[in-house]
Amino acid sequence: MSEDTLVATASQTVGPFFHFGLTATPYDRLVDHFSAGTPIRLTIRVTDGDDLPVTDAMVELSQAGMFGRMATDADGRCEFETVHPSPATGHDAARRAAHILVCVFARGLLRHLFTRIYFRGDPALDDDPVLQLVPEERRHTLVAFPGEILDAPWRFNLRLQGPDETVFFNV
Amino acid sequence: MSASFHSGSQPPLLYDGYRSTLRRAPSKPLIRLPAALSDLREPVHGWWPIGETDNDLTRQHAEEPQGQRIIVTGQVLDEDARPVTGALVEIWQANAGGRYRHVKDDHPAPLDPHFTGAGRTITDNDGRYEFTTIKPGAYPWRNHDNAWRPAHIHFSLFGSTFQTRLVTQMYFPDDPMFDYDPMFQSIRDDRARQRLVSRFDLAVTRPEWALGFSFDIVLRGDSATPFEDRV
Ligand SMILES: [Fe+2]
Repeated sequence: MSEDTLVATASQTVGPFFHFGLTATPYDRLVDHFSAGTPIRLTIRVTDGDDLPVTDAMVELSQAGMFGRMATDADGRCEFETVHPSPATGHDAARRAAHILVCVFARGLLRHLFTRIYFRGDPALDDDPVLQLVPEERRHTLVAFPGEILDAPWRFNLRLQGPDETVFFNV
Repeated sequence: MSASFHSGSQPPLLYDGYRSTLRRAPSKPLIRLPAALSDLREPVHGWWPIGETDNDLTRQHAEEPQGQRIIVTGQVLDEDARPVTGALVEIWQANAGGRYRHVKDDHPAPLDPHFTGAGRTITDNDGRYEFTTIKPGAYPWRNHDNAWRPAHIHFSLFGSTFQTRLVTQMYFPDDPMFDYDPMFQSIRDDRARQRLVSRFDLAVTRPEWALGFSFDIVLRGDSATPFEDRV
């Protein structure tokens, strides 16, 4: 970066009133009928430092280039339909665990936050180069877990703050 | 590489003046991801097409909304001043009285049946966008005693990857509320503050029709310094 680059526009919070502008049409499907893979539902719940639901967050996902965007409800939840993502191999041939990219916005967030959703039971979790950068005791915050009954949605807790807060990335 | 050059150009996550950050800002440091691992540069697609009146907020109802008609236009650029073409630009705003069309907005100002306050467009081959709308009113909020937001339009930009994603707010020139607004004040660098203020533009102003405001937006480049390093 040289001194003649332009100053990037500063981020400002999405505020509490974005719904009619950004989520009037929900993008809750990251797949179409032709997508390969096991169909799953994924419920994301956003909570704050008091463990209270964040009822005015916007969650955006990207999986294999497909876009998802939902507002959280009165319980801090939003649910997406997708397929179980497939593992990828990086340019360096390292095994990458299957994951979904997450970008979260909310009142009280002056900037959006990036995180990732991995899936419990994925044999590649131990080799994933991104998880390796995360302190071991915090890795579980990035892993979704299956519902207790058959066909129940996968669940992911997105904790903005607190002792067990989700890992966010500086990118 | 001179990250310090842009120091103070992005707001911190925790900012005492803005109360909602206190229980929502992460308390642990963000983890630095090398560009090669981040995946945020892969193209993202899948939003619905733009409708004919999506960029004219004064023509979305049977009649025109109340308020000062304005044109807001500008160029979306990256940090090397290259136009960002094909970017999705979404806006939302309060009406002329400072009221949002939102169930949770209880500010006792009238709703305008002829104004929704949401627009969308895509930048052209020069990275340019244009909206016709009305000037939003200032509105009170409960952040601190007698708190008012300066008039603003919310902007969301999707330049085709998550890496360059941006949500921001556009302000109007010389607003006396800047000095009291923690959102605006959360940015320390004065050039970065001024970048959020639109400019009255006689060349954009349409005679006997609407005032013109220019507002250029600079998205981070693909390999640019992370925002966290610019706080
Ligand atoms: Fe607002």
